[in-house]
Amino acid sequence: MEQFLQQIINGISLGSIYALIALGYTMVYGIIKLINFAHGDIYMVGAYVGYFCMTFLKLGFLPSLLIAMVFCTLLGVTVEKIAYKPLRDSTRIAVLITAIGASLFIEYGTMFFVKAGVRSYPDMTGLLVKQFRFGDIVLTMQQIIIVITTVLLMILLQFIVKKTKIGKAMRAVSMDKDAARLMGINVDSTISFTFAIGSALAGAAGVLVGIYYNSINPLMGIMPGLKAFVAAVFGGIGIIPGAMIGGYIIGTIEVLVSGYGNSMYRDAVVFAILILILIVRPAGLLGKNTREKV
Amino acid sequence: MKKVLESSVTKKIISLSLTFVIVQILIYVNIINSYLQATLATICINIILAVSLNLITGFTGQFSLGHAGFMSIGAYVCAIITMRMSTIQGFILGVLLGAIAAAIVGFLVGLPTLRLQGDYLAIATLGMSEIIRVIFLNMKITNGAAGLSPIPQFVNWPWLFVFTAGTVLLISNFLKSSHGRACISIREDEIAAEAMGINATKYKVIAFTVGAFCAGIAGAVYASYFYFIKPDLFGFLKSIDVLVIVVLGGLGSISGSILAAILLSLISTYLQSFAELRMVLYALILIIIMIFRPQGLMGSKEISLSMFNNLGNRLTFKKGRT
Repeated sequence: MEQFLQQIINGISLGSIYALIALGYTMVYGIIKLINFAHGDIYMVGAYVGYFCMTFLKLGFLPSLLIAMVFCTLLGVTVEKIAYKPLRDSTRIAVLITAIGASLFIEYGTMFFVKAGVRSYPDMTGLLVKQFRFGDIVLTMQQIIIVITTVLLMILLQFIVKKTKIGKAMRAVSMDKDAARLMGINVDSTISFTFAIGSALAGAAGVLVGIYYNSINPLMGIMPGLKAFVAAVFGGIGIIPGAMIGGYIIGTIEVLVSGYGNSMYRDAVVFAILILILIVRPAGLLGKNTREKV
Repeated sequence: MKKVLESSVTKKIISLSLTFVIVQILIYVNIINSYLQATLATICINIILAVSLNLITGFTGQFSLGHAGFMSIGAYVCAIITMRMSTIQGFILGVLLGAIAAAIVGFLVGLPTLRLQGDYLAIATLGMSEIIRVIFLNMKITNGAAGLSPIPQFVNWPWLFVFTAGTVLLISNFLKSSHGRACISIREDEIAAEAMGINATKYKVIAFTVGAFCAGIAGAVYASYFYFIKPDLFGFLKSIDVLVIVVLGGLGSISGSILAAILLSLISTYLQSFAELRMVLYALILIIIMIFRPQGLMGSKEISLSMFNNLGNRLTFKKGRT
């Protein structure tokens, strides 16, 4: 039982990270129907920015987190402007291929500058290394920070989407782009804003993963990116609460598989879940089925 | 006699045998040395992969990111069989069984997932190929992450030629059949095709299975030529490699795929020692082509012998007039 609780705690920490990345996927998909393959790599860049802030600029956790978020916002918007905007009216397959290209470009561009090797975050000190023990269950400060940061960011996101003017514009564009344009909404800037928010969340996830797992490399974004996408599909793509729930569920399942089964199979299990969902309930947990119109 | 000479089948046979003989002579006089022969093998394998992926993605319009998965099935089946039965019969059996195994997996995976649309299918096939990789990584018979070696080497230029030309002919003839036309109509408009009485799912699965079969052949040839395989060789990036070739050549052009396969194989051989640069270049090719020429180098056009004939006719015609 204690082992199970421990696994659940680890699962929730990992799930928080997936949820943060999945939010970016789901928002971008909701608004322009694109699987932004480069999203996982923006998360990787976030981890690297955090690493440079902490190692070379000797900044603390919070300033590093903020700098990484700002940097990733800029990167995300740049990718959108250069790679996706010229293709707004082309076929979906063309945009998808461009997204794969953007993803490869960020991965190997980063690798070119920072070299392929693994780097480790500096040793955490002070508050960050505190541990709490409840019997055999260990709760580290890092896990608490991850969960708290994630929850705060999600609340902030919900506030932006539900209560602000730009959030209303985002919801309008995701419902019907043309109608939104007719209502005087600037569709292009709304799409850029969506990319900005999603990328900022991915950047935050990158720094959190850095302090949690300690080691980063230029290709670290591929797998978490894909799994976060699975999480977004699980919860119902395009639906923000769905991405959060999906992220936590996928994270927990993954930790349980490596805890009780064979850790080699954890990636396979996640993808098997994806294929099952796509076959059984393509709209996802919270999604509604829409009929195809001619 | 003249009629026989002018028929397209004869022309095909002549041009194919010319290609074969010329390369064979170049190998014989050692202009194509053993280093270049490896490049030649890469080119041939890439042609098989690209043409078969083009059938799925370019002609049928189903975006698959799982080609490396099918390739790995062919490679492992062929490797396991030839390592136990190290004869030429064993090799042929291995290629055949490898391709059939890949086709069966393609059929089983395609049946449920091909009901999905565009990008969902891409992710599902990507997931499928990751699952296949993880399974090979954990099986005993495949020797896990260390991979299999040495696999007896049977593939030489004649075999490469037979498999490459065979695949290209198989797929181009398939596309000229009514089944192939049905596949193209699905790419153009799935709903309209279904309204015309075409069973879209059936033809998608057929295209997917044929594509998987050919990818299996490519994998088997790869295993037998390079005599070493491991699961990591058939990851996500391998699928992307093939996709780049297809996109560069043109979605829906077989000769485009062949040209792009030759071009990119040569580029990647020269950039072997700058792996990062090569991938950055691939990424830029993908983005730039999609933005400025989304139809690829060839679009959906084909290079054919009649094109040269037309050109010749036009030139002689002009001369005659002046």
